[in-house]
Amino acid sequence: MNIFLTTLTRDLKMAFRNPSSFLNPLMFFVISISLFPIAISPDAETLMNIAPGIIWVITMLSVLLSLNSLFHYDYNNGVLEQIVISHHALPLVLLAKTTAHWILSGLPIILLSPLLGIALFLDSKSIYILMLTLCLATPCLSLIGSIGASLVVSIKNSGMLLSLLILPLYIPILIFATSAVSQSQFNLPINGQLYFLGSILIFSLISAPFVSAVALKISME
Amino acid sequence: MSKLSVNNLSCQRGYNLLFENLSFELNSGEVLRISGQNGSGKTSLLKIIAGLNTPEQGSIVFNQTILNSEKYQLETLYLGHYAALSSELSCIENLEYLTNLSTEIIAPNFHNALKEVGLKNYEHELSGNLSAGQKRRIALSLLFISQSKVWLLDEPFTALDSNGVKIIENQIENHCTRGGLCILTTHQDCNIKNLKEISL
Repeated sequence: MNIFLTTLTRDLKMAFRNPSSFLNPLMFFVISISLFPIAISPDAETLMNIAPGIIWVITMLSVLLSLNSLFHYDYNNGVLEQIVISHHALPLVLLAKTTAHWILSGLPIILLSPLLGIALFLDSKSIYILMLTLCLATPCLSLIGSIGASLVVSIKNSGMLLSLLILPLYIPILIFATSAVSQSQFNLPINGQLYFLGSILIFSLISAPFVSAVALKISME
Repeated sequence: MSKLSVNNLSCQRGYNLLFENLSFELNSGEVLRISGQNGSGKTSLLKIIAGLNTPEQGSIVFNQTILNSEKYQLETLYLGHYAALSSELSCIENLEYLTNLSTEIIAPNFHNALKEVGLKNYEHELSGNLSAGQKRRIALSLLFISQSKVWLLDEPFTALDSNGVKIIENQIENHCTRGGLCILTTHQDCNIKNLKEISL
């Protein structure tokens, strides 16, 4: 467990000393969402209808933007080699790195979402549901993304390949999350969607670090 | 008495067979230098012994512990081409993390290790601000901390000045005197006692 905390604090420390690495995707998130009212219509009803979709699609894209750097930096300077041959359990170290990635990419999005929800005229209940879906699903984005990032770690300029690999796996999350927020606007039950998001989170939390470890060992060969 | 046995090892990269049926034994106190032309498979061999790569065939045993077991990983220290340093972290922060990964030592003396490699007072300097030789020295300062029996050093003398080379050679000799063993690749001449050599 010690190695989990050590890796987590190391990654966070490195990120805060080079803030552009995690601020750029966040800037992309804020700027692109705030451009929609200008580009489409300032009409409250139109924006309210498309808000869940916009926020969720941009969330996915900004997480994808930051995924490429999850293992690349440590691969290039040789730290990843030391992690792979370490006597510690590789899935635990990778889970720590993924957690750091979520703290730097998913958590700020959750915290910013009420502000952007208000900008897109979402009512308070929908904002609450939006935050709930983000809390359940952004960890999944980081966990599933870590599998793709491990597979392409040794390939240069692998951004496009990573998107192709990971986006299909993100689609179920997108469907359940957006439909939960949209249905909550019409006071329809959303338990089903939340249960599905919860089960995807549990499944990816249990399996992704192990799959990621196997993928990383294959890529490092 | 420790013994590392490499039996009938073969390695293929793409369509190239780098080496086949390579066998050797190394006992405690011995240093093995792997020589060969560029691309002959020296790094691949070290990576296989470190557990990073899988051989086409063959086995590696160290004192009855097999490759990739937790005990084997604790007994080996691999320092590769790259210094394994993150430029945003200070020398001591880098060393702390690398030590955490490769050993189980509770309170290592990082200050002494850095002093030994001539980097006293560089503890809190960001490693991104250092020269290539200084970065290499930080990576090699792990040799003054590690308690692993088997050292696998890939081109350890790259970017080091003659004084740095001497420090590392002495440390390898001390390690062997204490019953350790070492496998290294280098294109430079080295003056180490009990040096065995194989060519790929």
